[in-house]
Amino acid sequence: MFRTTMLVSIFISTPLFAGDGKLLATPGVSQVEGSGGGGLVPWAQLAGYASQDEIAANAFCSQALVSDFRLRSCGAQLNLYDQVEVSVAQQNFRINALNTSIEQNIVGVKARLYGDLVYSKWPMLSLGMQYKHLKDTAIADLLGAKDTSGLDWYLAASKLHLGAIAGYNLFWNVTARRTEANEMGILGFGGPNQDNRLQWEASTAIFFSRDLALGVEYRQKPDNLGLKEDNWSDVFVAWLPNKSVSITAAWLDLGTIAGNKNQKGPYVSMTGYF
Amino acid sequence: MPQLIQRLITTSCLLFLLVGCATHTAQNTLYDKLGGEAGVDAIVSSFIKQIGQDKQIFHYFADANISRFRTHLTTHLCAITDGPCKYVGDSMTDIHTGMKITEKDFNHLVDLLINAMNLQAIPHRIQNQLLARLAPLRASIIYI
Repeated sequence: MFRTTMLVSIFISTPLFAGDGKLLATPGVSQVEGSGGGGLVPWAQLAGYASQDEIAANAFCSQALVSDFRLRSCGAQLNLYDQVEVSVAQQNFRINALNTSIEQNIVGVKARLYGDLVYSKWPMLSLGMQYKHLKDTAIADLLGAKDTSGLDWYLAASKLHLGAIAGYNLFWNVTARRTEANEMGILGFGGPNQDNRLQWEASTAIFFSRDLALGVEYRQKPDNLGLKEDNWSDVFVAWLPNKSVSITAAWLDLGTIAGNKNQKGPYVSMTGYF
Repeated sequence: MPQLIQRLITTSCLLFLLVGCATHTAQNTLYDKLGGEAGVDAIVSSFIKQIGQDKQIFHYFADANISRFRTHLTTHLCAITDGPCKYVGDSMTDIHTGMKITEKDFNHLVDLLINAMNLQAIPHRIQNQLLARLAPLRASIIYI
């Protein structure tokens, strides 16, 4: 009887789409391709605060402003019992000099393979994919890209070490990605100069309090078009004051994009958790 | 890849240096840093008070003997932080078997412990060190 009452009370007190069973800040934020992660790199954690008995939905918008371009990315994620993450994102990449923009849609799925960010002995491990479809293909075609849609696969490992650095919590993530995307897909997929498909990405951060992290990210990229496509990096501050919202600010160094050197600038992102 | 590692290491080192400057405490055990016997007692009292007022997880404790819980939790915290105590209570598995504690409720309990430590003005860095020692216990507490 007691158990039944308990179960019923748990059921009633758990409305759909209100997953908040994770520890504050542990889901990370939203990545520009829509997956749960940092800003540039998808992490092993699944987006949103759902624990393994819950479902959570989140929405985000991000904007990057570098010297000659502007990227806007908005999307949403669904976390199913903290086992599977489904994400969608729409990117709008504005080329200032041409007064035009390129749109790309991305659908992502990420599955947890092993572990928990905080509690398991070994790092949490997830496998993910991002299907990217370019809506505006003219520039990709012009530059010699082979395809206008592509599929990225990635394997990500993440861990939060409690009190590891002088008592502060230390986070790290390493992601191996198989991709043919040029500038994330904005400039198409593949090309005359087909580079390595396997690329490495990594992030690390220190939590100076429960809700504030300072970190860095790095993302290797292939140079399939022979345009000296550069690796990406950023320094970020993420503020996750409660389980309803997070705000991230970063300074990006995107190197050379389509022959335009020294693309640096600010990035801001906000995620709402429902 | 080497470039990646080099950059990560350089930046990480910078971060660590930054953190290193802010830390100079010369106390012995984590138990001392928590304020010894008085400190741990205060955390436990505050924690129990939090649980008593909590709608989400109080039901797990509805039938518990609170003074027994207080004694065992105090000794357990003392022992796990290298204090002068030896925990002789039941194992975590024995205590929690049949309770079917969920991941969500466990994390909520962690939040209540953090609240209790905040109320007792335990510094963030010391809180994390205690949480690090308690974290491995989760496997013998939830979903059993």
